[in-house]
Amino acid sequence: MKDPVNSSKKTSDKGGDRPLSGFFPRWMNINILAQDVGFFILGLIGASIVGWVIFPAVLYSKHPQPINFNHALHLDSEKVDGIEGETKAEKCLFCHAFRDDGTFVGIPKLESCTECHDDPESPLGETPEEKAFMTKYVANEEEIPWLVYSKQPDCVYFSHIAHVKMGNIDCATCHGDFADNEKLPLYVKNRLTGYSMNIWGKRISGFYWNKKFSDRMKMDDCARCHTEKGQEQNNACFVCHK
Amino acid sequence: MKKGNDHGKNKYGMVIDIDKCTGCGTCMVACAAENNVSVRADQSDKERTITWMNLYKISNGKEFPHTEVSYFPRPCMHCDHHPPCVSVCVSTATKLDFNTGIVSQIYTRCIGCRYCQAACPYGARYFNWWDVFPQDKGMDRYLTPEVSPRMRGVVEKCTFCHHRRMRAKTLAYAEDRREIEEGEYVTACTEACPAQAITFGDLNNPEHEVSKLIKHPFTFRLLERIGTEPKVYYHSTRDWIRKLGDNFLPGEYTPVVNQTWAEEEWSTKPGRDEF
Repeated sequence: MKDPVNSSKKTSDKGGDRPLSGFFPRWMNINILAQDVGFFILGLIGASIVGWVIFPAVLYSKHPQPINFNHALHLDSEKVDGIEGETKAEKCLFCHAFRDDGTFVGIPKLESCTECHDDPESPLGETPEEKAFMTKYVANEEEIPWLVYSKQPDCVYFSHIAHVKMGNIDCATCHGDFADNEKLPLYVKNRLTGYSMNIWGKRISGFYWNKKFSDRMKMDDCARCHTEKGQEQNNACFVCHK
Repeated sequence: MKKGNDHGKNKYGMVIDIDKCTGCGTCMVACAAENNVSVRADQSDKERTITWMNLYKISNGKEFPHTEVSYFPRPCMHCDHHPPCVSVCVSTATKLDFNTGIVSQIYTRCIGCRYCQAACPYGARYFNWWDVFPQDKGMDRYLTPEVSPRMRGVVEKCTFCHHRRMRAKTLAYAEDRREIEEGEYVTACTEACPAQAITFGDLNNPEHEVSKLIKHPFTFRLLERIGTEPKVYYHSTRDWIRKLGDNFLPGEYTPVVNQTWAEEEWSTKPGRDEF
């Protein structure tokens, strides 16, 4: 229906009062151009804020741990009997130990705590956290419902003894330096997948300046470390999947 | 022709003695319980049921006094030379691991196209039509924690109980060993078989029982001539059973064994005196 010849004539007629106005396309007008670029930048900033700030804030929910555990205090060999070792990993293994068959206990059960904190009436320290722990869990003999930061999906198999004992990898390499923490960090959970943010990583860009400790535990990280250490045969599927 | 994965460290394989197998089905039950294989209300619908280890009944087809019946346990063959399922997989969900010889299947990667199921010459692969172990219904308490239950819409198959290899390795590491010894890693069916018809071990290690058994002239494989080099071997002194292992044209099958030798071994098998 539309006649291209007539429509082009119309535009040239309309801008006929200014010289060359029909010659240049409309977007070359500096005012309109500035306006368009301005809108583009505004949109980009807006979309970036939505994508990088608002969406992650909505996607993740934060949960505090049931009680605070002071790692720094418990790793002090003057305060806690038996915590000895030249490296931090050896001290970690005092509670986060291996069983006789080589499997890893993970987060210790209440019975490990009650080896020292045995009497609910007489706390060993003076913190309110310990008092709450005593009255709520030790007195009722109830397990603490810890939120596990590094809980992997069900299809993942990981052998701690292969990495810590045979591979001489420090605990902090994957878990971050928990040994000096006085306060447990918040458990950040992805609302869609239900997994902890420590699996996916805190930086959604996936870009790191300081690579000393990795804050994520993805399959790519496992594979990259295997390759860097010359253990490429461990990138086979059935080494880490079950 | 390129020969298998001899450059790998281990090559796990299995020898099943058909003459010892009584067809009791313990291997099937042990496998299903160990590997969280799903169950259905109607297990008689064999087009939908999942049996990683399956049992086939075979007969020599003769009239009464000469009738013989035997059973073929059939796990995944873990083909060593271009496994057909691996070649066709569009999502790299299944791979042949050259260090163990195990054909792996990653359920989270599988897209459920069932191409591998069609490609497998042994029918060892199964498709999950339903979610059988729903969470929060209590059924997941009966599962083996070392084996991930499959979700609806993925293909699954025998894994040679590779989680038992991981368990054995973990124990070896705890005892300051790097290698696992013979017998530390065996599949659930091997362990469960009451007739001890199944032998499992490393085919690359000449010390292992399996590497000795596969050199035996009575040992054969299923569909050997298609060239997939399966790592599950069968052993039988009886000619008609070995003949059923492949599709021979009339006159094509030549019995390679000395018949008196076969009769001798047959008579030495436990429980065969009354025959």
